[in-house]
Amino acid sequence: MNRPNALLSVADLHAWYGESHALHGVSLDILPGETVTLVGRNGVGKTTTLRAIIGLIRKRTGTIQFDGKDLMRLPLHRTAHTGIGFVPEERGIFASLTVEENLMLPPVVAPGGMGLKEIFDLFPNLHERRNSQGTRLSGGEQQMLAMARMLRTGVKLLLLDEPTEGLAPVIVQRIGEVLAELKARGMTILLVEQNFRFASRIADRFFLMDHGRVTADFPAGELETRMDLLHQVLGV
Amino acid sequence: MTMIFGIPIQAFLGQLLVGLINGSFYAMLSLGLAIIFGLLRVINFAHGAQYMLGAFAGYLLLTWFGIGYWPSLILVPLIVGVIGLVIEKFALSRLYSVDPLYGLLFTFGLALVLEGIFRYYFGVSGNPYPTPDLLSGGTNLGFMFLPIYRGWVVVASLIVCIGVWLAIEKTKLGAYLRAATENPRLVQAFGVNVPLLLTLTYGIGSGLAGLAGILAAPVYQVSPLMGSDLIIVVFAVVVVGGMGSILGAIVTGYILGLAEGLTKVFYPEASSVVVFVIMAVVLLVRPAGLFGREGA
Repeated sequence: MNRPNALLSVADLHAWYGESHALHGVSLDILPGETVTLVGRNGVGKTTTLRAIIGLIRKRTGTIQFDGKDLMRLPLHRTAHTGIGFVPEERGIFASLTVEENLMLPPVVAPGGMGLKEIFDLFPNLHERRNSQGTRLSGGEQQMLAMARMLRTGVKLLLLDEPTEGLAPVIVQRIGEVLAELKARGMTILLVEQNFRFASRIADRFFLMDHGRVTADFPAGELETRMDLLHQVLGV
Repeated sequence: MTMIFGIPIQAFLGQLLVGLINGSFYAMLSLGLAIIFGLLRVINFAHGAQYMLGAFAGYLLLTWFGIGYWPSLILVPLIVGVIGLVIEKFALSRLYSVDPLYGLLFTFGLALVLEGIFRYYFGVSGNPYPTPDLLSGGTNLGFMFLPIYRGWVVVASLIVCIGVWLAIEKTKLGAYLRAATENPRLVQAFGVNVPLLLTLTYGIGSGLAGLAGILAAPVYQVSPLMGSDLIIVVFAVVVVGGMGSILGAIVTGYILGLAEGLTKVFYPEASSVVVFVIMAVVLLVRPAGLFGREGA
């Protein structure tokens, strides 16, 4: 049962890719300011859950409530305006746009987003390379850019899909610092992450997924006692 | 008489000018096609009909309402653009979820219907459109005689092409267009109203065809078939330039126009096929076109 004061509340979410039934009744909730991580093996529906919430997957049933609004009824381009930012797994940096154009692309949806100067203070590399073609950046810089462009927009919830995938340890550490900074500023974060060590450092709460549904959820404080279950399900 | 490659220089430059004028229309039309194809993934077979519509809109504004060339230069692109908005909003947008072939068939059918309507009411013989007073006559450049209106067409098309290119490369709306051309779903997930962007893009592309039509009216005859005569060459231009490449469409438009003009000087028999020969060669050497990205 989802908590009444949740910022995001998902219940009995089903989703399909064409004929393929990918989500079988996902339920989860996130309180304002919480950092939540979805964990689970490859192909259990973590990415699909994010894509169904933001609305990229249209063939879906169930309920998604965000900040008191029913996201199921909104067309794709209205969803972001409720205050949700999406950082896709493939990062989605545009080759035909410069770094700065990539950064300025998502429309501001609410007041309270970071200014350009603040963003460049947080990501000095992006300032240095602001006139480069977006896809000329290294993988780590592209990930920073994909996150940075959401910070301008004033969103309250960030959906982050595998931000550390394929990146060097020093970059992973930097991303961890950025997420900690965002958390300190009160951002709510829904993170999908294979790197369990990374996730365990920043998450307040875990949702374990298997076969297209959430099978367990527990706060970060119970992590120690849950390790057996995690080892068994994740094989980590 | 001065000769160049055994050809009188007057004839040489004269054909070059004809080539440049044709190239101006190729560039303007392929530009609109490239923008529409890039974002909508629709091969707009109605583009030639929209060009014809532009010429007829100017002609009818003049004969029915006495509205002259200069106001028409603003009104005609607006009229044809608004017709484009309506077509996208109520017909084309319903076809995005099905195979792209449907969009092609729909615009092809639309072109036939539009041409048929104008053939029925106006016949196939051309209607003359007077050259505006300000641009009539010509000037002697010393080496050749330049009709002023034709010079104006070249200048106007350059302004339009460079203006549209700058708008795409340097403005916020242009950035939305470029990004949505790459990944429309993600841009929409960021909160940009992509369906509206598609409608506007088709409207702007149609308006460009209409503008080319009114510019062409004093040069060519205003005829229901003027679009279908031109559109096949324009498709070759888009293919040579690279499908969806804006710069490619503009540059290739002028180059192929000039190539056609030069062929008329040296081997007139080949002038109507030279564009397609170039297309075949380019497709063999660079299948993505001169300015296209492989796999894009």
